[in-house]
Amino acid sequence: MTNQERPVFLDLRKIRLPLNALVSILHRITGVFLILAIPLLLWLFDRSLASPEGFEQSAAVFRHPLGLIALAIGLWWLLHHLFAGIRYLLMEFGIGEDREGSLRTARDALYAGIVATVLVWLGLVL
Amino acid sequence: MRLLSGQRAWLLQRLTAVYVGVYVILALGYFLFAAPASHAAWVAVAGHPLVALSAALFVFAVLLHAWIGLRDVVMDYVHPPGIRLTVLTLAAAGLLLMGLWALFILIRTGLS
Repeated sequence: MTNQERPVFLDLRKIRLPLNALVSILHRITGVFLILAIPLLLWLFDRSLASPEGFEQSAAVFRHPLGLIALAIGLWWLLHHLFAGIRYLLMEFGIGEDREGSLRTARDALYAGIVATVLVWLGLVL
Repeated sequence: MRLLSGQRAWLLQRLTAVYVGVYVILALGYFLFAAPASHAAWVAVAGHPLVALSAALFVFAVLLHAWIGLRDVVMDYVHPPGIRLTVLTLAAAGLLLMGLWALFILIRTGLS
């Protein structure tokens, strides 16, 4: 039974979003975005393997400025999801379950995702 | 729907996460340090039986992981039963199509 008298506070501009809550919601958002990116990746996978022309065509996508931007964004989705996921797996073993630990690992996962994105992107592009 | 719910979904989500995570790291390492220079080299790698088999398992793991994760998100935010059923049906159909497409590419490459 829901208590109709309970206080309801859903002002999104005023709800505090601590780092662990931010990393949690980003894990969900990046997960959904990654699913939406699968058809594009499959198209590249398909073309690149179908013919030498397709291979060149796919490689050219990653030389185009828009392709490079999309690569950076997609890599961040992937790597943030990966590090936030590793954080959840560690929690299953009791690591970072308390308040301070949860905030610390959330910060670590967020930074790790960003740093790894920069490094992998530079490594792939240069 | 009982097939992929509760404790089994929880466990499968974590097992697939480990396989997909390790595979993604290895794949990124490959593209970072040994990216294929030509179509022939790329086909040779993707068509290698070990790569094709592990990739097929990767596709299966990703789709299972995506389905369980998406279902969790939809059940949290989409409440009207009709809309929820529609979204989940479209998602299942989309994921199945992606899986078939991926397997088609892997088989075609393996046979070439």
